[in-house]
Amino acid sequence: MDAKAAIARRIAMELHDGQLVNLGIGLPTMVADYLPEGVEILLQSENGFVGLGPSPQEGEIDEDLINAGAQSATILDGGCFFDSATSFAIIRGGRLDVTVLGTLEVDEEGNIANYIIPGKIVPGMGGAMDLCAGAQRVVVATTHCDRRGNPKILQRCRLPLTARGEADLIVTELAVIERQGGKLVLVERAPEVSVEEILQKTEATLEVPSEVAVRSF
Amino acid sequence: MIPIPFSGRVSESCYHHSMNKVRGMDDALAPICDGMRVMVAGFMTVGTPLGLIEALTTRGPRHLTVVCSDAGTPGKGAGMLVDANMVDTFIGSHVGLNPRIGERMAAETMNVHLVPQGTLAERIRCAGAGLGGFFTPTGAGTEWAEGKECRTINGKSYVFENPLPGDVALIRAHRADASGNCIFRKSARNFNPLMAMACQYVVVEADIVEEHPLDPDQVMLPGVFVDAVVHRKEMAHGC
Repeated sequence: MDAKAAIARRIAMELHDGQLVNLGIGLPTMVADYLPEGVEILLQSENGFVGLGPSPQEGEIDEDLINAGAQSATILDGGCFFDSATSFAIIRGGRLDVTVLGTLEVDEEGNIANYIIPGKIVPGMGGAMDLCAGAQRVVVATTHCDRRGNPKILQRCRLPLTARGEADLIVTELAVIERQGGKLVLVERAPEVSVEEILQKTEATLEVPSEVAVRSF
Repeated sequence: MIPIPFSGRVSESCYHHSMNKVRGMDDALAPICDGMRVMVAGFMTVGTPLGLIEALTTRGPRHLTVVCSDAGTPGKGAGMLVDANMVDTFIGSHVGLNPRIGERMAAETMNVHLVPQGTLAERIRCAGAGLGGFFTPTGAGTEWAEGKECRTINGKSYVFENPLPGDVALIRAHRADASGNCIFRKSARNFNPLMAMACQYVVVEADIVEEHPLDPDQVMLPGVFVDAVVHRKEMAHGC
């Protein structure tokens, strides 16, 4: 299983039946493909609806229906549409149980930096700052290191922050790291990797409990 | 914070006081002049009145400030106004899918103000609701909050945000009636009702202009916020 699929599958195990969830663009979107049997969640699309369904079949594309990543989408029975202010009221007002999003950097204090590389990539934050500040639980989906092998889980983020102290759980292909009492705790490792290797690939200080669970797949 | 021009120059004579708000394209766009702040509804061009935008590029008002959720894609949506060199300042939450905006940002030929999407929506809603601003948790403790009034409310950090009004709103509805009442379709609603409420002069491009009044229970944007309704079909004839 490749790294991204492993991350998506592991995050899917964190979701509970009946939760309202927002999945970010890219890797986080894959989480919906790995929901455990018996777990049904409601997906929110911040451009203005809940009940986001799978991609439409060819011939069923509706030009008035896209997801927040600008791809053609469908709406499930029981879903509904609303305006952007209502959409972000759902997000900031405490109705959104979980948001899953990717990141460039995340740090020991739960800070998240994922929207700008000054001078290089300036796409804009979209809804990311609102989602991080508003969701009940913020799950960061990221490869453990960047393409050059540098750690992405840092002591302190160097890039401008998307949100301060909002990350609750970090899931990588190697580890599951939870923020507990203001510290990052290594709660699980992938079967093919040792605790030592994870610590070596992590700039942030991780608390290591006497028992670190091993991922079940 | 840099003040963003807001002309407030839509004159009283621009308003159509007639009960029938259905207009031809030229009539509907006539009040839009140089230097105005124009709100363009839609999200990634879904819910964007593409016909109004295209017609506006041929009229060619300049030095506009455009407010839109995003910069669309090259040659479509709000990006068309940018391509036509009509825009001095762009206010939105995402410009990543329109590289031409990035080029203008780098060349400093256009000001771009990026705003978190929920904050943008609420600033617009606030202006339409006659409110003086709001405290939001979005961006608290980050660079975004620097220079802004911050406050701890019930133990949580908040940032103060100003209302964002506009001179003109370009709106797309699925159905509208002669009174200006609108119904939107699926995810095309997004910023439409908010922007209509926040602007002094509001033009609606409707897929269908109903001969009879819409069912009052189904109306999503009250016609009192709307000044002109243009039938999408009209656009095929050019302006």
